[in-house]
Amino acid sequence: MKLLVAVKQVAALDEDFEIRSDGKDVDPDFLIRDLNEWDDYSLEEAVRIKEAAAGGAAAVEIVVVCVGPEDADESLRKCLAKGADRALRVWDETIEGSDSIAVARIIAAVARKERPDMLFAGVQSSDHSFASTGIAAAAFLDWPHAAVVTHLTYTPGANTAVLRRELEGGVLHEMQLECPAVLTIQLGINTPRYASLRSIKQAAARPIEALSLEQLGVKPSDVGESGSLSRVRRMYVPDRGHAQMIEGSVEEQAARLAKIIKDLTGSAA
Amino acid sequence: MSGILLVAEIRRGELRPATAELVSAAQAARRGSDDRVAVAVIADDPQRLVPGVSLAGVDEIIAVKVAAPEFDPDTFESAVRALIEARKPALVLVPHSIDSFGYAAALATKGGYGFATDVFRFEYQDGALVATRGGYGQKVNVEVDFPGKDVVVLALRGNVFKPPEGGSSPAVTSFAAPDLQPRTNSRSFIEVSSADDVDMAAAEFILAIGRGIGEQAKVEQFRELAAAVGATLGCSRPVADAGWLPKSRQVGQSGKTASACKLYVAMGISGAIQHLAGMKHVSTIVAVNADAGASIFNVAKYGIVGDIFEIADALRSHF
Repeated sequence: MKLLVAVKQVAALDEDFEIRSDGKDVDPDFLIRDLNEWDDYSLEEAVRIKEAAAGGAAAVEIVVVCVGPEDADESLRKCLAKGADRALRVWDETIEGSDSIAVARIIAAVARKERPDMLFAGVQSSDHSFASTGIAAAAFLDWPHAAVVTHLTYTPGANTAVLRRELEGGVLHEMQLECPAVLTIQLGINTPRYASLRSIKQAAARPIEALSLEQLGVKPSDVGESGSLSRVRRMYVPDRGHAQMIEGSVEEQAARLAKIIKDLTGSAA
Repeated sequence: MSGILLVAEIRRGELRPATAELVSAAQAARRGSDDRVAVAVIADDPQRLVPGVSLAGVDEIIAVKVAAPEFDPDTFESAVRALIEARKPALVLVPHSIDSFGYAAALATKGGYGFATDVFRFEYQDGALVATRGGYGQKVNVEVDFPGKDVVVLALRGNVFKPPEGGSSPAVTSFAAPDLQPRTNSRSFIEVSSADDVDMAAAEFILAIGRGIGEQAKVEQFRELAAAVGATLGCSRPVADAGWLPKSRQVGQSGKTASACKLYVAMGISGAIQHLAGMKHVSTIVAVNADAGASIFNVAKYGIVGDIFEIADALRSHF
């Protein structure tokens, strides 16, 4: 049995940052990289399924895959430390400029090669939040799919799974779907574990398998801008409203806040 | 390629408000009087929903009768794709919602259509469609375009486009959805209930805590503070996910909307878009956060950069 977990190394902006000279992205010097928060939950869900497997944890292999340059190894090692058995990374210069759909095409190609029983992805990434990669990968594979899963009942190798989608307003929709399938996992489905120091050390020494587009049978024209459904024209910092800042000592700030509360609530206390 | 196709959002037999927002968004995208706006109503009994979709600005309602009684990703994907292939609209608008998360990317992928999600602005520039969305946790705006794409699917952010006023009498047509072997089955809807009977939607003054509180032991200080200042204690997602406060107190897209709130004090909440969806309309928002760059300061009326525990302590002494 095999579970494939697609992960992304996301970027957050430094407090001060500059837009790249071509105006299409932030200068990479100002980006702070980390494993996407959602992916921590989808990996944890896979690890829990593995641990609960009838044939013992050894009966289930968890493979994580990331489309990204070499520095994404850091996030993959985090996944290895938290319970993944193997880590794959796909990169090629031509992948630069890919949208989430082109990335999904690569992940689908990895799934064809690895033949997992289930593919998990995060609902969205914290940086560009397209909320599309997992479901687009399902379309390339023509697999059943469900998004925003907060509860899952699944036995590795089973033909069906029962899940709950988290809808607006917190209502849950329970549905059954055929497997193999692609599920996008929502925050809160579980509580991700922390990696132990020992497992972090062990992960540092484990191999990360590098895959090329050629090995996956993906043409260079199917990634990058030509393989994408959208193209970035311009990135800029918008003019936005900003709060009137309350300055001063903690006591002065709190006194002003207390006055705002009393003025608006009519509280005389 | 002309015309604009909208996909109505339906849940448990009712239209969702996002549908009306698409109608008003479509008005701005009309490039001429012959750019017709058609709304696809994909349901087991679409005729019943026709009155609700007969909104000003709608030229045609396309009733698409399907077997699935509730949202099913394959049903929506195949029905909308068949409609696009039959009608060849230049633009397809869907809500950026949990249901569209489940099928819109598959639709765009299978059809090879231009695609962008969480779009809050779009326009034609020199004949080319340009859509604007956020990037890097909404700290920048990103303009995207769709070179070489005759059909573009946009998923629009909620609460951006105001629903139209007034009704209309659009033509009602029907469209046969492709046959489908279902791969998913809807089983039930579950309302999340808890022993906590708080009604966040009715609260006029909310003190909300977020990830910044750091640990469960700190919740008590804010529970006591909220009671002292007369506020209802609320929270953002990480606090509810951790089980520190019940889900019934979560404000945001997957929680409650602070509908009646007039004063919202956000402590240790950075202001993720999903949280803002539930509270950014509140007339007076005060944000307290250690990070001067937190997005919450872009929607707040007043801001304090500082340690939330120190501010909370000092605030308590005034009540």
